[in-house]
Amino acid sequence: MRSSAEEGIRRKPGDWGEQVGFSFDLVINALIAGILLGGFYAAVTLGVSISFGILDIVNIAHPAFIILGSYIAYIVNTRLGIDPIVVSVVMLPVFYLLGAGIYQVYYESFEKHGQDALRGLSFFFGLLFVTEVMLILVFGVDYRYVEAPYIGPSWRLGVMDFPLRMLVPCLAALAMFGVLQIILSYTFIGRAISAVAQDQLALRLMGASPTRIKRIAFGISIATTAVAGALLIIIQPVEPSVGREYIGRVFAICVLGGLGSLPGTVIAAMLLGIIESFTATFYGPSWAPAVAFGVLLLTLAFRPAGLLGR
Amino acid sequence: MRTRVFLLVSIAVAAVVFFAARMVNNDYVFFAGYTILQFIVLATAWNILGGYTGYVNFGSAAFFAMGAYSTVFFHKAFPMPIPILILIGGVVSGVVGFGMGYLTLRLRGAFFAIATLALAVVLQTLVVNWDYVGGSRGAYIIRPNDIAWLGPYIQYLFLLMLTLVVVSLTIARWIERSQLGYGFATIRDDELAAEASGVPTLKLKLVATTISGALMGMAGAPFPYYIGYLQPSSAFGLEYAVNSIAMPMIGGTTSWVGPLIGAILLGSLQQIATVTISSAVNLLIVGLLLVAFVIIAPNGIVGLVQGWMRRREK
Amino acid sequence: MAGALLEVAGLSKRFGGFVALDGIDLAVTQGERVGLIGPNGSGKSTFVNCICGTLTNETGTVRFDGEIVNGLLTHERTRRGMARSFQLPRPFATLTVADNLRVPLLYTVNARPGSALSAAALDERCAELLQLVALTDKATKLPRDLTQVEMRKLELARAMAADPKLLIADESMAGLSQSEVDDIVNLLIRLNERGITIILIEHIMRAVMKFSQRLVVLVSGKKIADGPPAEVIRDPEVERAYLGQ
Repeated sequence: MRSSAEEGIRRKPGDWGEQVGFSFDLVINALIAGILLGGFYAAVTLGVSISFGILDIVNIAHPAFIILGSYIAYIVNTRLGIDPIVVSVVMLPVFYLLGAGIYQVYYESFEKHGQDALRGLSFFFGLLFVTEVMLILVFGVDYRYVEAPYIGPSWRLGVMDFPLRMLVPCLAALAMFGVLQIILSYTFIGRAISAVAQDQLALRLMGASPTRIKRIAFGISIATTAVAGALLIIIQPVEPSVGREYIGRVFAICVLGGLGSLPGTVIAAMLLGIIESFTATFYGPSWAPAVAFGVLLLTLAFRPAGLLGR
Repeated sequence: MRTRVFLLVSIAVAAVVFFAARMVNNDYVFFAGYTILQFIVLATAWNILGGYTGYVNFGSAAFFAMGAYSTVFFHKAFPMPIPILILIGGVVSGVVGFGMGYLTLRLRGAFFAIATLALAVVLQTLVVNWDYVGGSRGAYIIRPNDIAWLGPYIQYLFLLMLTLVVVSLTIARWIERSQLGYGFATIRDDELAAEASGVPTLKLKLVATTISGALMGMAGAPFPYYIGYLQPSSAFGLEYAVNSIAMPMIGGTTSWVGPLIGAILLGSLQQIATVTISSAVNLLIVGLLLVAFVIIAPNGIVGLVQGWMRRREK
Repeated sequence: MAGALLEVAGLSKRFGGFVALDGIDLAVTQGERVGLIGPNGSGKSTFVNCICGTLTNETGTVRFDGEIVNGLLTHERTRRGMARSFQLPRPFATLTVADNLRVPLLYTVNARPGSALSAAALDERCAELLQLVALTDKATKLPRDLTQVEMRKLELARAMAADPKLLIADESMAGLSQSEVDDIVNLLIRLNERGITIILIEHIMRAVMKFSQRLVVLVSGKKIADGPPAEVIRDPEVERAYLGQ
């Protein structure tokens, strides 16, 4: 069956306006969906920009924490009817402490001794795996979803369609980006975090302990997953293995955006969102998982410094 | 012990294992045993790249599945005896390993690891969309019930996998003791210093990736015959990735013995757990053991034994 | 310049916005003993890294033994006769001291056409090197069992094991006692008498003055002096930038 785009392009004399308008509709909405999706992807990836881009820790378990955030939002939303985003904000300190704790274990076991990357990677891989399996044991493999007033309705502007269940997470994601950017640029802790990647000695001379700074940074990184998880379950139903789809997306965006650059991450996330949206619209959704990973492979192969690379 | 002698000894041991299994006269021994033997090959293959060279491969499932799917492809297009399919699976996965290595091994180890994850998903998506090999619906491979000179077909598969075990262990041990092994170790220990000492690190890493990938592909080639019905979700299953990493890490990554011990222990544990509890729980146990060992006993069981022996000497 | 073993022209290296090396020229003739000094952070190690290929320079050419080596990987340059020791020792932690030395013997010396060593000759060469740096009794130990000083000696021995035409010794003497410093200097002079060209990067002025036939000074990525040691240290700019501190 020909895709709608092909239908639209086959112009008949006199029908030109109508035909082009039809495909224009599809393209514009694929673009919008892509941008909104990209905003959400940014929320998912910002934490990794900090942990991988700035701290150089390959936390491939990051998506697992996001799924954890999703399930917590699901439980509270189902039992108490509270909005998932509100739940996630309340959960921020808990996730922060979780992240700080995990960093401490990571530091004591690996970083302190200068262990090779193998052990650190295996550690996080194990965490990813254990988290996923425990979620399966507790919740089973059924898809879970939340309920909120903005899930369902859309905001229409001419031919443009803005599904609220995508728009609200996108806005929330951009808000989170704003907050993080402010923290990193204007607070002492934030600037110390940006600095710790580059000059640990200078940091020590300033009286700040690099380990403590990194612990705070990693804590923040995991805290973002609380919010990202809530946004995820608003956008789509969640089951434990969904996290794995995001590993590739997260690192693809991180690398594409240039490690450690938060604005770069947002731009790269939008770009990936748009590419995925167009792929799904014109080639079918079953190709979507390959897009992110394909982008990642290509970027690593040809431009590892990313679009806005250092 | 020279490699030739080791090869003969391991063939002898394999023969003993096989005939002992036949004496038990219960097909379950062969079915369960096949899985464990398969894991020995996967763990050993992973360790050649991960343990010896220090480059982590998260996409073992991809190489395994490619071996399986090349079998499916040829089974439909041009049927062939399994030993040839094993060789083909090895070539296919070896080539992919080489290609992926060429693209990513110039970068840091962390990027390589992430790229292997990416590869697994890309390949799985390709297979899911490829109807000739069954796509997401899966493919049926009807295996014969018996084979003339041996008996039940599963014994034939068991024998083939046993051969692969002997081959992979011999290769691993040979590498360890050869100049190649030195080269791999220097890459693991300090790649910059290795280059400065004249070690052609990129070339050696490609060799490791190719051998590792090829062995995994060979392990995967008979799989469709073993399982009868091949789905992408089972061929690319995460349990292959986790086990390929957990078994060498728990057994010990510095020697060929480690993956062997890890595969036998963990493989048996999982067989027991799947039967008595559930398959999800057995994966949980593997994951927890991996995290525990990585933190507490980074050199695995082999490392623990070596440490204990050194303390006894003092 | 005829007879130059190493010819560096216009070498520059940047890290982001920071210029680590700014147009360095250096010519080292076969058999010379060159000392390279400069304050911390002046770019000495970066210079070595660029020459050996560990880092890629943005501009400039490096010519070794008449051949432009700019595109070559580090191991290829090592095989052509360049060897270096690292400022912070980087031993192979899971190999014994003896095996650490075996690696360059296997991968550099044996890789050169026509110079493959038999197993016995290899062991002999290994033992010889261990003796040169007085590490014979530590042959079967792991690097983590060595003292800092012994690790530096191992680092130097490993560079020597590659049988180089040019040896770059990057701060091999930090932390050594006076007599140990003298031992290393004498060792390097002996190697030089055997025909090995040596660039010595050091802070210990006594060693530098005793060893160098020529002294090069690097400050903030620029070469500010290049000549006979006695003259260079009297150069007011050198005094101000380096010695005066």
